[in-house]
Amino acid sequence: MSGAPEPPTPGRSGKGQRVADRPGVSMVPPAEFRSYYGRPILKAPIWTDEVPAYYFAGGLAGASASLALGARLTGNHRLASGALTASAAGILASLPLLADDLGRPERFYHMLRVFKPTSPMNLGSWLLTAAGPAAVGAALADRLGILPRLGRAAEVVAGVLGPGLATYTGVLVADTAVPVWHEAGDQLPVVFAAGAAASAGAAATLLTPAADAGPARRLAVGGALADLAAVEVMRRRLGDLGTPYERPPARRFANLARGFMTAGALAVGLGGRRRTGAAAGAALILAGAACQRFAVHKAGIISAADPAYVVGPQRARLAARDGSRHQPATGA
Amino acid sequence: MSTTTRTFGGGYGDAARPRVGFFTDTSVCIGCKACEVACKEWNLVPPDGPLGFTGNSYDNTMALGADTWRHVAFVEQEVPGAGAGALQPAHPDLAAEAAAAAGLDGPPSAKDGMRWLMSSDVCKHCSSAACLEVCPTGALFRTEFGTVVVQGDVCNGCGYCVPACPFGVIDRREDDGRVFKCTLCYDRLSDGMEPACAHACPTDSIQFGDLDQLRAAADQRLATLHADGVSDARLYLRDEADGIGGAGAFFLLLDEPEVYGLPPDPVSTTRDLPRLWRAAGLAAGALVAGLAVAFAGGRR
Repeated sequence: MSGAPEPPTPGRSGKGQRVADRPGVSMVPPAEFRSYYGRPILKAPIWTDEVPAYYFAGGLAGASASLALGARLTGNHRLASGALTASAAGILASLPLLADDLGRPERFYHMLRVFKPTSPMNLGSWLLTAAGPAAVGAALADRLGILPRLGRAAEVVAGVLGPGLATYTGVLVADTAVPVWHEAGDQLPVVFAAGAAASAGAAATLLTPAADAGPARRLAVGGALADLAAVEVMRRRLGDLGTPYERPPARRFANLARGFMTAGALAVGLGGRRRTGAAAGAALILAGAACQRFAVHKAGIISAADPAYVVGPQRARLAARDGSRHQPATGA
Repeated sequence: MSTTTRTFGGGYGDAARPRVGFFTDTSVCIGCKACEVACKEWNLVPPDGPLGFTGNSYDNTMALGADTWRHVAFVEQEVPGAGAGALQPAHPDLAAEAAAAAGLDGPPSAKDGMRWLMSSDVCKHCSSAACLEVCPTGALFRTEFGTVVVQGDVCNGCGYCVPACPFGVIDRREDDGRVFKCTLCYDRLSDGMEPACAHACPTDSIQFGDLDQLRAAADQRLATLHADGVSDARLYLRDEADGIGGAGAFFLLLDEPEVYGLPPDPVSTTRDLPRLWRAAGLAAGALVAGLAVAFAGGRR
């Protein structure tokens, strides 16, 4: 890593002062941050770009399944069809993305040899195993007009599991030692849920006649606004620990996400009843949701690779503890 | 401080064994790297990349990883006013020449010195092992000795354990696709032998044994060092009240952990899992509420 990393000062709840953008300005004297030749303490995630792409596709699939169920329950069958198609597409995109990232793809089914509540990835695999075939089956039954009862039952299964599918990935990334992920554990599921809602609304807006797509447009705009707000809250709470979002390559994705989401929300909100407005806005929102997942992914890699983000908060924690209790007998 | 060692015999019944581990006393490490070599040889660990020089003292291994299960760190520190006990240049005239060539005012003054900290790092075999807990396949498991081991025939290379480890120990071997780390020589333990690194260590810096006894020995060693005036000495990961529930491999260090590349206050990430799931539940609820609002507005 080139350049002196900015040591984060956690516990500082104020707005991050964009330290990374002010070279030469260090918030903590270098003497307070010690390391072993500046080498990383953590191993950066080895997940490739397929993984954030899956967060996007899986979120789209989950929220779309719930949108479809809502549409069916309110008698909006054209919207249900559009959302089911989006959900099935999300599922079908997810499977190769997930298998490809494994070191041993032919062993993907080992995920299901145990049921392990301490592993979000294991629970997610079970969730996907239940919701995936249900969403694809429901979409097929709907498009082909076959097996209506089974199709409706599958819609209920997928629709009920959908919110879980859209949020568990936030727990998955937060349940690591990566500081910018772990310390955002309260916000990441919200960020992922909002992005999933926005993408499901956008996809259904694209796939449904404008006259029936009102709920989808509202979900797209509401989800986009919620996503923008949730990301802002997350970065404020992280303070200086969140500076990986201001360093390349995360910064580009974070900026693109914000721009796409804002423009997409405006386009769908103002022009979503017209074909062009709906198409442009929906595409922007989908791109924004995808970019946000990539921003989270890239920020995690930056955060893990820089020992400042690891040592800083842990030192602060120790200092707080030592201030409140006697020095332990074991020292340190 | 608790002296009873947390045990993991539960699933093993009569086959359960006392929990074993390492106590690495870095105050007597001489940086010979016999542990690194013995580990590689015994466990048939492949080379960890092309040979190269890092310029980081004598450390060309750099970090633990899929192909490095023992790593000897070398820290060079200037010690102001260290006096006679510290390392002094054998040839002051040459030292002055070298200092001039390096653009320094002069060689280190007679009353300044340097010290070398050396430490052999290894998987900590945590009591609360995040790698094991997040592993979705059950490939990582707790052995009858209380150690944490990867089952190579189960691991599918998902990589979740890699960023979960608070020490950056476990990693994926890219040409293999699976993850690898120290097994605490599971095969040797099963035959009543000590791990290869401990067996090869010429100074007993790496001590292997029942964790209870190692902790007692470490406490005694710390007391001796403090009595001898080595006030920097401290035990690292000895305490079961810490964020990983105490480690199966713990250390006596002569400086802060981060100086050796170790996290000063590691926490197993899964301790926060209930809070994380609660956040996800709230987020999922908000998603459902958002949908309800979207449909409340009617079809158009």
